[in-house]
Amino acid sequence: MEKAININRPSSADGMSRIDGRLKVTGAAKYSAEYAVEGLTYGVLVGSAIAKGSIAAFDIKTAERAPGVLFVVTYLNAPKVPGFQPDQKGVRAQLKVFNDDKIFYNGQPIALVIADTYERALYGASLVKATYNKEEHQTNLTENFGKGYPPRGDGLYKRGTEDAWKSAPIKLEQEYMVPTNTHNPMELHAIIARWDADDKITVWDKTQGVKATQHDISQLFNIPLENVQVNSRFVGGAFGSALRTWPHEIVAILGAKAVKKPVKLVLSRADMFTSVGYRPHTWQKIGIGATADGKLTGITHQAYGQTSPYENFTEGAVNVSQSLYACPNVNTKYNLVALNVGTPTWMRGPGEATGAFALESALDELSYVLSIDPVELRLRNYAETDPENGKPFSSKYLKEAYQLGADHIGWNDRKQQPGTVKKDGWFVGYGIGCGMFGAYRSGATVKATMKADGTLHLQSAVSDIGPGTGTAMVLIAAEQMGMPADKISFENGASDLPQAPTQGGSATTASVGSAVHQACVELKDKIQKLTGNSGTDNPDYAQILKQHDLPLLEVTAKSTGGEGRDKYSMNSWSVHFVKVLVNGSTGVVKIDKVASVADCGTIISPKTARSQIVGGAIGGIGMALMEEAVIDHRYGRYINNNYADYHVPVNADIPQIDALFVNKPDPILNPMGAKGMAEIALVGMAAAVANAVYNATGKRVRELPITPDKVIA
Amino acid sequence: MESKESLTMPVNEQEVKDSSRRIFLKQSSLLTAVAFTPGIAVKAADLHVDEEIAAVFEKMPLKMEVNGKPHNLSVEPRSTLLDILREQLDLTGTKKGCDHGQCGACTVHVDGRRINSCLTLGVMMNGKKITTIEGLAHGDQLHPMQEAFIKHDGFQCGYCTPGQIMSAVACIREGHAGSEHEIREYMSGNICRCGAYPNIVNAIQEVKNGGQAI
Repeated sequence: MEKAININRPSSADGMSRIDGRLKVTGAAKYSAEYAVEGLTYGVLVGSAIAKGSIAAFDIKTAERAPGVLFVVTYLNAPKVPGFQPDQKGVRAQLKVFNDDKIFYNGQPIALVIADTYERALYGASLVKATYNKEEHQTNLTENFGKGYPPRGDGLYKRGTEDAWKSAPIKLEQEYMVPTNTHNPMELHAIIARWDADDKITVWDKTQGVKATQHDISQLFNIPLENVQVNSRFVGGAFGSALRTWPHEIVAILGAKAVKKPVKLVLSRADMFTSVGYRPHTWQKIGIGATADGKLTGITHQAYGQTSPYENFTEGAVNVSQSLYACPNVNTKYNLVALNVGTPTWMRGPGEATGAFALESALDELSYVLSIDPVELRLRNYAETDPENGKPFSSKYLKEAYQLGADHIGWNDRKQQPGTVKKDGWFVGYGIGCGMFGAYRSGATVKATMKADGTLHLQSAVSDIGPGTGTAMVLIAAEQMGMPADKISFENGASDLPQAPTQGGSATTASVGSAVHQACVELKDKIQKLTGNSGTDNPDYAQILKQHDLPLLEVTAKSTGGEGRDKYSMNSWSVHFVKVLVNGSTGVVKIDKVASVADCGTIISPKTARSQIVGGAIGGIGMALMEEAVIDHRYGRYINNNYADYHVPVNADIPQIDALFVNKPDPILNPMGAKGMAEIALVGMAAAVANAVYNATGKRVRELPITPDKVIA
Repeated sequence: MESKESLTMPVNEQEVKDSSRRIFLKQSSLLTAVAFTPGIAVKAADLHVDEEIAAVFEKMPLKMEVNGKPHNLSVEPRSTLLDILREQLDLTGTKKGCDHGQCGACTVHVDGRRINSCLTLGVMMNGKKITTIEGLAHGDQLHPMQEAFIKHDGFQCGYCTPGQIMSAVACIREGHAGSEHEIREYMSGNICRCGAYPNIVNAIQEVKNGGQAI
């Protein structure tokens, strides 16, 4: 008999293993670039060598003559994209790639070389020459605040008195910087584009939302929706980078049209820095004030985030200050600065991770001024209802999360005085950082088919970029149907499957899971009508179908976006506790111990949930200690655009990380009681590390990443 | 202010030579065809025979064994083992993550040693025995490391997984799995962006301690 699982703190071996685990460990799982499509050709992108201006001339003759090269696509010869016309002046919209000679950022695609092999396309791409009319570019955020503008309205939020922190007895004001972080999933973004007819297309594409990609392609190329097939069965990580349709996808489709053959385009790792978004470089300033006994009286939170010249990208950088703590006076200001860079996009946590680094660092700084334990300070400002609108929370067990994490990390061993604990010559420090993210749910449809052999097949278009969506869906159905999970299969990641939202915003389990739940309810209902009773705990579905001479039973169930948002504020919560060791001579920071606690409702799949929390914590450690995409402003070009120079955590950087769960159901959001966990796994982590480094050394680093030079500076 | 300048990277001399050699080969083969009969020459041009002839000069024979199966291939000297596996042999289990030897997703075994197949030219593999992730299991019987990765959830998206598993097997065989610390060091050439590192370490320890033949 299987031992009982401690859901509050599962081990890596606890719970059901992934349903697609076998495919992944045998190399049989196929990602977008891995389909042997007949007549396949290969495309390689050429990027702009300048950051602003226009293309004066191309010399593509040598490339065209190179062996195996079939075609060199540029704006001069590219098939027109109907969706780019007519070009409305003044409208900020997606990059109209290969539409004209304009250059907005360094690395912007200017040509696609298509050849019969990858090597020949790559060589051909090296032969494409362009001359430019160069204009002065701007890529430096901090030098361009003067050009900041609110993305919509006035970009201001206010409750209570503006800048009330200034009149508080205890106050501080500090600036915090989060540099550009790149998602850099292990799988390079890739697409195989094949025109099946003049108005029919199939793509195998890395996307977090096959339905959204299908819609975009349909709109851009003026093709009926049903004539666009998007396949994305396996996605090798994304973290937000595949949330939208990018220029390279359009380019591959254009290329396939030009050569009348399927084109495979796999981005290079360098392309991954310029072509698929990033967490935007964001400057923040926080003013925070409190009474002498630690009650917050005012928070002012400002942020300037970068965006591209042609498109606004906004995220919730200042939102956490509006609702994480019970503070009567809060005002925020959010501005964008358009620079000669590609458009950013949501990267795990997104803006909330950026904002929480600032707010949770500022709160930690305040705790030292007040000489109040940082956990205690948070408890004194605990929001029992949503401070923004007074609504009750659908569920909030953050207090329990504090307790679980503090006990687990050994918070009692922490000394309030920084730089006082040493072990084997290393300074020891403890830090805490909290996270929150809205718990969302949107409409989804699932088809459930009970087959004659008593197996159940579930279908949904949803992508699974790694969290284990299929595994969670199978477990939901197993519980509802009262049948073993190994008799249930889940099919996903294709646009001809039933409607599902794009996988993002921590909302998949709540959305698609509700549809699976609904499908099971309706299926059981059908079965009950057949059998005339409510069945047993372990119904023999094969027998029931046989008795009624049915080859199969199927339902297609739709779940709506859920109700209660008018009455309740719905959020997931997290708290990260970190113990660090800091070398006083070299400034090296070692993560010694981590306890990441999530209040994300009922845990459906302990094994994959644990992995998701651990993975988010590691992403947060990368954000805290190493990740920074650096631009050489002279050229407006990334200079560390590879895995050797853009550092991400490797195995040696990471200790055992404990994921803990409150595991109490949310009674409102959905019938499973589950809330999202993808974002909160990371939100707050960077501050927890920074706060631990301060506790260890007395050195406050407000500009990420916390590299050794900053620690010993 | 506008300035006109070419910022294209200079093409190196060798590449220029190669491309002229290539053009010469194309033209001369076409000329030879013309010398026989004009009709054939036209047909030859249509069928890209010049391409075919020239391609022969650019390819080298390669004999290697992949997962126990011998292959007689003709490859360009610049083709990497990784691209040959993925694009010519349809063995897509070996992944391309960076193409620069920085991430380990392309790890395979050559004569039992782990290597980055993206940094290995195919022509260097003449007479070698390659094992990829597709060759690790015995039929339906998974390798203990594959079983342990499933049990301990040593992955999320699965893209780095084949490389991690090939590396993990070699890590134990090399005698570099003596402690958690040692495993972390010797597995640090394989990046996992989903952050499955602790689970990967747990999987390797279980196999190491399990004592199965690996």
